Amino acid sequence: MQTINKFSMNFLARSSNEGFARACIAAFAAGLDPTLEELNDIKTAVSEAVTNCIVHAYAEKIGKVYIMAEILEGGIIKIKIRDNGCGIENVDMAMQPLFTTVGGERAGLGFAVMQSFMDGIRVTSKVGRGTTVTMLKKISPRITVNG
Amino acid sequence: MAVEITVKGEVVTAYLAGEIDHHSAAGMREKIDSAVDSNMPSLLVLDFGGVSFMDSSGIGLVMGRYRNLQKTGASLHITGASPQIAKIMQLAGMNRLAKIN
Ligand SMILES: Nc1ncnc2c1ncn2[C@@H]1O[C@H](COP(=O)(O)OP(=O)(O)O)[C@@H](O)[C@H]1O
Ligand SMILES: [Mg+2]
Repeated sequence: MQTINKFSMNFLARSSNEGFARACIAAFAAGLDPTLEELNDIKTAVSEAVTNCIVHAYAEKIGKVYIMAEILEGGIIKIKIRDNGCGIENVDMAMQPLFTTVGGERAGLGFAVMQSFMDGIRVTSKVGRGTTVTMLKKISPRITVNG
Repeated sequence: MAVEITVKGEVVTAYLAGEIDHHSAAGMREKIDSAVDSNMPSLLVLDFGGVSFMDSSGIGLVMGRYRNLQKTGASLHITGASPQIAKIMQLAGMNRLAKIN
């Protein structure tokens, strides 16, 4: 599939950057003219993935979070969010709704949100090396009434 | 300020504002909990009318407050949720814990 537009960035895994990452992706995705709901779906999924890097991947240090986003032919946005953190031992288990390795106030729903709000998700991870979450969403073409 | 609290009789209402994520949720939790601890309400209302964005950290915030209220038998109402917030509340099954309108 042909790439129409692409951007990448990286930032320190500080919680204050969660809102910054959402805002960047929202501005980039605006090029596809998404509906408000589609835009919110993307922002929420990105917020979950970035938060996981900050809370889980780099629990003991401030590492870097890498984001790459592409707009593909056919109105598809592809977003890759990567960390070089602790990795996930069992990805299938981690993706189960309500599964969390952190007590307290994590809901264990981050992956469930990403799965249900996006059209595709792939997670690859290596313990001690890091995790990459790749998500796709198709933005429906708008039907223009009266030209 | 991201949380305004009002107390009317046995009802504590927390008006939440801004974006709820992992970064902001902890501060909101502290304000709500201190109002609940000092007023011991029979009903806590979480008003999301001023909230422009929420991710699953907001679900954790609601679930945590629900668990605390259960200790005293108090109930929880959720109001003012935008479509974005309602969508994630529904995914999380929040309607089973609290009255939502
Ligand atoms: N980037 C990551 N690095 C390491 N572990 C992760 C990462 N993302 C998710 N996890 C693991 O997967 C679990 C489930 O994630 P999630 O569904 O977002 O729930 P929560 O963040 O509420 O725990 C986490 O508790 C954590 O153990
Ligand atoms: Mg998470």
